[in-house]
Amino acid sequence: MIRVVLPQHLRRLAQVDGEVRLDVDGRVTQRAVLDALEARYPALRGTIRDHITQQRRAFVRFFACAQDLSHELPDAPLPEAVASGAEPFLIIGAMAGG
Amino acid sequence: MSGVRVLVGTRKGAFVATSDARRQRWDISGPHFAGWEIYHVKGSPADPDRLYASQTSGWFGQVIQRSNDGGKTWAPVGNQFVYDGVPGTHQWYDGTQHPWEFKRVWHLEPSLTDPDTVYAGVEDAALFRTTDGGQTWQELPGLRGHGSGPRWQPGAGGMCLHTIVQDPSHPGRLFIAISAAGAFRTDDAGKTWRPVNRGLRSEMLPDPKAEVGHCVHRIAMHPSRPGVLFMQKHWDVMRSDDAGDSWHEVSGNLPTDFGFPIDVHAHERDTIFVVPIKSDSEHFPPDGKLRVYRSRTGGNEWEALTNGLPQRDCYVNVLREAMAVDSLDACGVYFGTTGGQVYASADAGDSWAPIVRDLPAVLSVEVQTLE
Repeated sequence: MIRVVLPQHLRRLAQVDGEVRLDVDGRVTQRAVLDALEARYPALRGTIRDHITQQRRAFVRFFACAQDLSHELPDAPLPEAVASGAEPFLIIGAMAGG
Repeated sequence: MSGVRVLVGTRKGAFVATSDARRQRWDISGPHFAGWEIYHVKGSPADPDRLYASQTSGWFGQVIQRSNDGGKTWAPVGNQFVYDGVPGTHQWYDGTQHPWEFKRVWHLEPSLTDPDTVYAGVEDAALFRTTDGGQTWQELPGLRGHGSGPRWQPGAGGMCLHTIVQDPSHPGRLFIAISAAGAFRTDDAGKTWRPVNRGLRSEMLPDPKAEVGHCVHRIAMHPSRPGVLFMQKHWDVMRSDDAGDSWHEVSGNLPTDFGFPIDVHAHERDTIFVVPIKSDSEHFPPDGKLRVYRSRTGGNEWEALTNGLPQRDCYVNVLREAMAVDSLDACGVYFGTTGGQVYASADAGDSWAPIVRDLPAVLSVEVQTLE
């Protein structure tokens, strides 16, 4: 079970409270987590990564285990603590804008 | 009992104001989609309970929201806007060619007859359409593909398709406007397009009478006389009597002919409204006085409407989407400001009062007349 924390605006869009818990088959990667997240909550498609290119939106960041994983390759394995559910995968709206 | 519903898009959410036909006391709901930029909210003429909203964010991109109950509840629908084929390029600020990139939806124009059909004007400029209530969107590629696209360029606000006007007497005829490309018309439901900018003059262009490149801010039409169009251009208020084939200036005695919105009285098709703004670099009313100007002669002769509007120290702007009229008798006129006020007049502009005065900056105002 993967734990995902969404920023407030996306929690509201997906109509969820608190953490999201997802089952991810196979290797736990950034892409696999986002695929599972978007499958469960279609309203999030296009808000975290581009529909077509699947590139992360510029002002969205991915953190876990006190690390910035935003620039990791999408198919790189996430930390074991995320894969085991011990630590959440954090999707962050960057400090920007007004 | 009849009444009105005013749909307000702001920098930080949407608001819905409702009133009975007297239009004196208002109930406000919102913010809906708090924290997001709401470029436009508009109801279907065919089903007033069907509303669409363009919700955007620099962080999270584009969302389209739909309501089936007049704005009480909303649900996100499709937000995938993909240019047809190879996107191509347009002119960039430095004169080089730049690829088309989708940024946001500026304007949602529901069909006059089908609540599930909506046109979307987007940045970078293109026209999309849904026929399934917003679940999927397809570009009408003939507009970008008709030939002049590589000469279009972004204005200061981006290269946006912000105006979509449907001709009720010719179902295949649409007018659109792009900053800074100009006005375009299709007569075959979007398959083919041509620029309709003859008579426009823009001194900031190398050729002031160029076929494209004009910064059109808004076009308005009275549905009973669709061959007559009124335009607020970057500078100049213009009129066409031949469905855009040619334009002539009707700025007349306006204190400045720069501005953004323009609209037509619901029952008097030669009565039009504009909000003069000092200049393209000073986006506020001349002399700190917020004045709507009304012409009852289809242009050229204008009178200032000031009753109830601030006449000193007012330095707000009124953006292109932020004016609307209802179809009650007498015609109601509404506009919103970048200072967060939404003003209403229940007597065609003779007197004004704020519906609400401390919202985030207002991006758009639409009104529905409810039976």
